[in-house]
Amino acid sequence: MSDAARRLPPRGRYNLWLGGFLIGTIVVGALVGLFWSPHQPNAMDFSVQLKGPSASHWLGTDHFGRDLFSRLLYGARSTLYVGFISVGIALVVGTLLGAVAGFVGKAVDEVVMRLVDVLYAFPAILMALLLAAVYKPGTLTAMAAIGIATVPIFARVARAGVLAIKESEYVEAGRALGMGEWRVLWRHVLPGALGPLVVQASLSLAVAVLAEAALSFLGLGTPPDVPSWGNMLREAQGFMAMSPYPALVPGIAIVWTVLGWSLLGDGLRDLLDPRAG
Amino acid sequence: MLAFLVRRFLTALLSVLLASVVVFSALLAVPGDPAAVILGMNASPAAREALTRQLGLDKPPVERYVSWLGGVVRGDLGESLNYDRPVAGLIGERLRVSVPLAVGAALVACLLAMPLGVVAALRRGTLWDPLVTSLSQVGAAIPSFWLGLLFILYFAVERRWLPASGFVPFGEDPVRWLRSLVLPVLALGLGQAAVMTRMTRAAMLEVLSQDFVRTAKAKGVSQRGVVLKHALRNAMVTIITILGISLSNVFIGSIVIEQVFSLPGLGRLALTAIGTRDFPLLQGEVLLYAATIVGLGFLVDVSYGLLDPRIRYE
Repeated sequence: MSDAARRLPPRGRYNLWLGGFLIGTIVVGALVGLFWSPHQPNAMDFSVQLKGPSASHWLGTDHFGRDLFSRLLYGARSTLYVGFISVGIALVVGTLLGAVAGFVGKAVDEVVMRLVDVLYAFPAILMALLLAAVYKPGTLTAMAAIGIATVPIFARVARAGVLAIKESEYVEAGRALGMGEWRVLWRHVLPGALGPLVVQASLSLAVAVLAEAALSFLGLGTPPDVPSWGNMLREAQGFMAMSPYPALVPGIAIVWTVLGWSLLGDGLRDLLDPRAG
Repeated sequence: MLAFLVRRFLTALLSVLLASVVVFSALLAVPGDPAAVILGMNASPAAREALTRQLGLDKPPVERYVSWLGGVVRGDLGESLNYDRPVAGLIGERLRVSVPLAVGAALVACLLAMPLGVVAALRRGTLWDPLVTSLSQVGAAIPSFWLGLLFILYFAVERRWLPASGFVPFGEDPVRWLRSLVLPVLALGLGQAAVMTRMTRAAMLEVLSQDFVRTAKAKGVSQRGVVLKHALRNAMVTIITILGISLSNVFIGSIVIEQVFSLPGLGRLALTAIGTRDFPLLQGEVLLYAATIVGLGFLVDVSYGLLDPRIRYE
């Protein structure tokens, strides 16, 4: 265990470990699903429709007799894929915008942050409605919507970090050594602001998982023929009176993953950015 | 105070204006001929031409935007392609569902989160704090639409206490109106309550660690007095912010909840608009949502100024 991890208060350590465990199981599940699953996720078997857990179907089956555990494994892949890509887009674009705004300041700061403020008016679902109307709903539009809606948070975090660091002595030292402004930003300022960005990435992944599930549930995310947790919930809606499992299984998986990312984010904040905690 | 109000109002107005540009640009971004995309490949050239004229697609984009914005300012959001009716009227009808849903959920969230957050902060070091904190952490991870499904499963399917779906207008039957909104309001409000509880706790802890609270305690002010007169009042700025965020969140969250409970609100209207590629309707709705979020942000800013004079002189 590193010194920083050892110095963590017990609560921070608990958050980090539990969050890491929850996300670890999802990542392992998604990886296992790449090579193996008890059944084909889309294979229908009308002789076992809406059955509860059994030896052959560990978590039961849905209204088409499809194996819920196999679909859960496949759904983990969709969830992680959409989460990582959308938060990745937001992290890169938001950090760039916020860092440049904070570093250059004055009119550039004002214009960039005003534009970023406008994006606050478009949460992921709203952005997805617009994009779905223009390009037809799908995984790409969902990822773009979540990514664009998350940009302002990263821009604000990056700007705050850069503002706090840009007048530091070691940054001044870089300038005194003849480094260009952009090199100073890239080599000295940005790495110093990285901690809060990593924390925000974990917390944003929690929000992205919720947003992806909500968009798929509305039919604005992952296409219906691809198993995703939101799609599974949408399909389960009409059959809940006959079997609760198709609605319970993906719901618990969503809560598990969101809780994992948010605990991991809290733990990382205690580790990397204790003052904010 | 007036200068502060004017400054904040102009900033909000600029944000709405920029948001309107984003919303208007959606139709410009449609690949190919928007009229053909909306009507489908089998539409006759005459029908396409008529729609092109109706949407003003034969005019330059700037002219179209100015004319659209002029209509928006007058309350005219254009005609719905699917319903052949003014968009503003359609939205007005659906607000009768979405507004009580969002306001009810925000109320549930506030009524639960404020006392829980305050208790967790005051009882730090006892079992209450980790209990409330852990519950709120798990609660915030539960998607409202899944909670809605679980409520339907238990309260509507198993117990048959409340309806699983549908909406009864208030004017028709107030009791059935209330019954049709109970589960959606709770599903939307409880998740938000979890998020707000964490924020209220953090705001209270911040204020309770301030010197003036210690001074008040040293002067012999009772615990109740410290909390009500000093701590809560000073935590209000943060709590109002949380309230503003919550209202925005539940308003947007209602889009999904309406789908779960088959409520004929704005969210379902928006989804229908996507299905039928009814651009005027969708643009009107998205602009309304975005303007509401900006408007709530403006109201939060104004209340800051009223609650804390230091902020308005910044």
